[in-house]
Amino acid sequence: MAATQVNDLSWLIGGPQGSGVDSSANVFARACAAGGLHVFGKREFYSNIMGEHSYFALRAHTNLVRSHIDAVNLLATFEAETLFRHARAVTDDGAIVYDPSLGKTRLSDIPTIEKRLRAELQTYLISHGVGETLDDMLAASKQRGVALVPIPFKDLLEQIADEFQIDQLSKISRVVNMLAVGASFGILRFDFAMMRASLEDVFRAKAKVVSMNAAGAQKAYDLASSLVPEFRYRLERVPRKEPRLFLTGSQATALGKLYAGMRFQTYYPITPASDESEFLEENEILDLNGHGLVPEAETLKEKAASMLVVQTEDEIAAVTMATGAALTGARSATATSGPGFSLMMEGIGWASINEVPLVITLYQRAGPSTGMPTRHEQGDLRFALHAGHGESPRIVLASGDFEECVRDGFLSFNFAERYQMPVIHLVDKALANSYATIAPPDLSDLRIDRGLVANGNNGYSKDNPYKRFDLGNGPVSARALLGQEGTIFWNTGDEHDEMGHITEDPGLRNAMMEKRFAKLDLAAQEIPQDVKLKYFGPKDAGTVIVSWGSTKGALLDALDRLWAEGAKIGYLHVRLINPFPSTEVLAFLAKARRRIAVEMNFGAQLASVVREHTGVAMTHFILKYNGRPMSNTELYEALRSVVKGKAPKRTVLTRGA
Amino acid sequence: MALEQVVKPSDFATEVHNDWCPGCGDFGILRTIQMALAELRMEPHRVTIVSGIGCSAKTIHYVKTYGVHTLHGRALPYAAGVKLANPQLKVLCLSGDGDGLGIGGGHFVNAGRRNLDMLYVIHDNGVYGLTKGQASPTLKLGVQTKSLAHPNINDAVNPIWLALAAGATWVGRGYSYDIKHLVSLLKQGIEHKGYAFLDVLQPCPTYNDINTKEWYGGEDRKDANSGRPLPRVYKLEDEGFDPVVHEPLEIEKKATQALEKALEWGDRIPIGVFFKNEHVPTFEERILQRVPTYMDNPPALQSIAGPNGEPRTDLTRLVQRMTFKGE
Repeated sequence: MAATQVNDLSWLIGGPQGSGVDSSANVFARACAAGGLHVFGKREFYSNIMGEHSYFALRAHTNLVRSHIDAVNLLATFEAETLFRHARAVTDDGAIVYDPSLGKTRLSDIPTIEKRLRAELQTYLISHGVGETLDDMLAASKQRGVALVPIPFKDLLEQIADEFQIDQLSKISRVVNMLAVGASFGILRFDFAMMRASLEDVFRAKAKVVSMNAAGAQKAYDLASSLVPEFRYRLERVPRKEPRLFLTGSQATALGKLYAGMRFQTYYPITPASDESEFLEENEILDLNGHGLVPEAETLKEKAASMLVVQTEDEIAAVTMATGAALTGARSATATSGPGFSLMMEGIGWASINEVPLVITLYQRAGPSTGMPTRHEQGDLRFALHAGHGESPRIVLASGDFEECVRDGFLSFNFAERYQMPVIHLVDKALANSYATIAPPDLSDLRIDRGLVANGNNGYSKDNPYKRFDLGNGPVSARALLGQEGTIFWNTGDEHDEMGHITEDPGLRNAMMEKRFAKLDLAAQEIPQDVKLKYFGPKDAGTVIVSWGSTKGALLDALDRLWAEGAKIGYLHVRLINPFPSTEVLAFLAKARRRIAVEMNFGAQLASVVREHTGVAMTHFILKYNGRPMSNTELYEALRSVVKGKAPKRTVLTRGA
Repeated sequence: MALEQVVKPSDFATEVHNDWCPGCGDFGILRTIQMALAELRMEPHRVTIVSGIGCSAKTIHYVKTYGVHTLHGRALPYAAGVKLANPQLKVLCLSGDGDGLGIGGGHFVNAGRRNLDMLYVIHDNGVYGLTKGQASPTLKLGVQTKSLAHPNINDAVNPIWLALAAGATWVGRGYSYDIKHLVSLLKQGIEHKGYAFLDVLQPCPTYNDINTKEWYGGEDRKDANSGRPLPRVYKLEDEGFDPVVHEPLEIEKKATQALEKALEWGDRIPIGVFFKNEHVPTFEERILQRVPTYMDNPPALQSIAGPNGEPRTDLTRLVQRMTFKGE
């Protein structure tokens, strides 16, 4: 047996949607985090309420984890479908926790397995010379050396029911999830106290639920550890002084927006964007610390801050209502995904022509049309750039990891107000639904910038009236707020004069178009380079990757391996998509012999934007569009092929269940 | 927020050139809005008027208050955003009938569910004027106005019925040529606590050659004895109609009588207040249940940054639940 591998684990749990898989993964991850480990969890699920297959792939490690890998070291489940789907991914030295009473279940008994996958599994089983039951599937795994860990879930549940005097087993059916987690920790020899702490954390107020689940998990823990006396993978507590945050990308984005002072958000229910708005809604009453604000300290205590989250009748109402709120001075946003964003086009154009600071958080998912609502893609970059008729300036920012979600959530409002235009903040399903532990980001450098604001006492008069779209003082005119005295203005979706009234005058039209677009030039000059992009790797690398968004995690994890092998490869991570940092990007690409686009879309959208602005074309494309985020395994392999000169121009990644 | 001094309608006028067709019913609505605001002694900067797209939407440019001329059909959600972020403002919302009941029909229905404290006025002339006279959602089935190739193939929606069904808590109808009456309706709608909907019948002299000023005024059917026209429009209050829900149990009765009255059309067209019910909590009051400081310190008025831009929002409590402390 190979050497024991401590604190480097890939764990997967699966089950039908609605059966509690979410909470089992949550308990597992929190137990690891409580024990000082870093975790990264990837959530995959169908657009379905109940019954379809969902799973969590989770990595636990001593060091920071930024992505998932293809291999699974320990697979845990209490039902058959997960085994059929994922048993092949278990490493030869891995283990499978399963329910032995399901052994006779046939592949064809499971209606939720797609035809294509069923045929593929049948071929696999035939090639291993076995039949098509779950026992056969497990036998094929056992042939490879995989340890099988039968856990009689029902017996254990009955024991718990007796102990806690529960009359019906169905009332505690969800405890099976924690049995699977307990069994996993038993095999891994992880301190059970961590799981108990995690259960207390998750089920907080419900003491009986905690004890029942803990009792069940302990039984499964003991049984599993006795069944697998030796297992290659182990989890051990890591002493740690520093605190860690454990959060999802949706929460990270929400935190950034709240910290920026957002006070109004609209949304219409849509996957995967709604999570953020729901999180905000749960936390609508906010605290203020008032540091450095002594004069106002008294009123602070009386008038606590709050934000308003409004669920609208559709996304058209979401974008327009948020715009109306922004006109009053409230930092205001809406969050949506592809189909909803499609409905927002006209509203974005209105905000742009009226120079309204509006933030749109766009959670990309697989399109077009309904596409695959719960699956991942970075397919909306071109769309975000051009959304709407006519030519309307906007800023587009794309986040690549949780810290960028926080920072960009914050910066979006600064840019929206400073440059008085809509900001589209691109995030995606992979970021939104993944959770991970990170060191709490240091946000001490962040300052709120409200841009040029017209106050009522600026000396405006009848002869010198306030002009909302004043052409006399550069591209940015002072922004007044609805309700202020002395600054009455008008807005219109028509082209307008300086006061905001309709005009079709050709000269004014030119002046206004030029004013609006000059703000983008200003943004390009002022936004610091470390916000625009970041370069990783050796300066003189002959091979440079260009990517954006959530591929960052898998790329950095894959690059760590390639760099360790001595590969001279760099990675340019672009965060500011518009205005595009042409000069900066060109500087990194000019000397690179090989230039690789890595993107979660069919068309290599950023690559085409790079070419449009710099004239530089990519030599290689590594793309993926099957709805599943890139694993660092497949990315590592694809990049290595390019570095070795063995890759075709276009590589399409296909992994993921 | 009312002013002490006397305010004139002309205080609410701008110098913008008005490009409506001569004789347009919009003039009456514009004038009555200015009169109503003056009579209520509103401070111009405390009022925001939001409009959609179309001839009606241009109104805001002629009124000296904050004016937000938005997108086709979307006046209501823009107005709701303004009002929700700063509930201390007076918000008026204006649409045309195509604007508010066609492309914006979804928002019309949902505004009723909220009962935000604002007035929504529909300039109702049966046609899409600015695009040259197509049939709008309030044009009756079989009617052929002059730019239609065929008689209208769609039936009309009844704005009063729709508003009642959606949950508007004040529902009225005015006529743009009865200035005094319309001013009174606008004032009542503005002062109503909750979502008020006012349908304003308005001739389009250019494209609606059926429902003209003369038609509303009954010029085509003169009294045999006096030779005077017999106007089609009559006032509900003149016939002792009581639209007010005095206590919650009356809702069914009052809604039913409003629906019955709203069916009248043709020879007798009622204007006035159809329904008024202040027993439904406003959206602002509902928010207040969750956020006690909402009215005093709404989103628009909160201080979010210190003098040097220091973020004031304190995430400590929020982040605590996501933090694993060090040992």
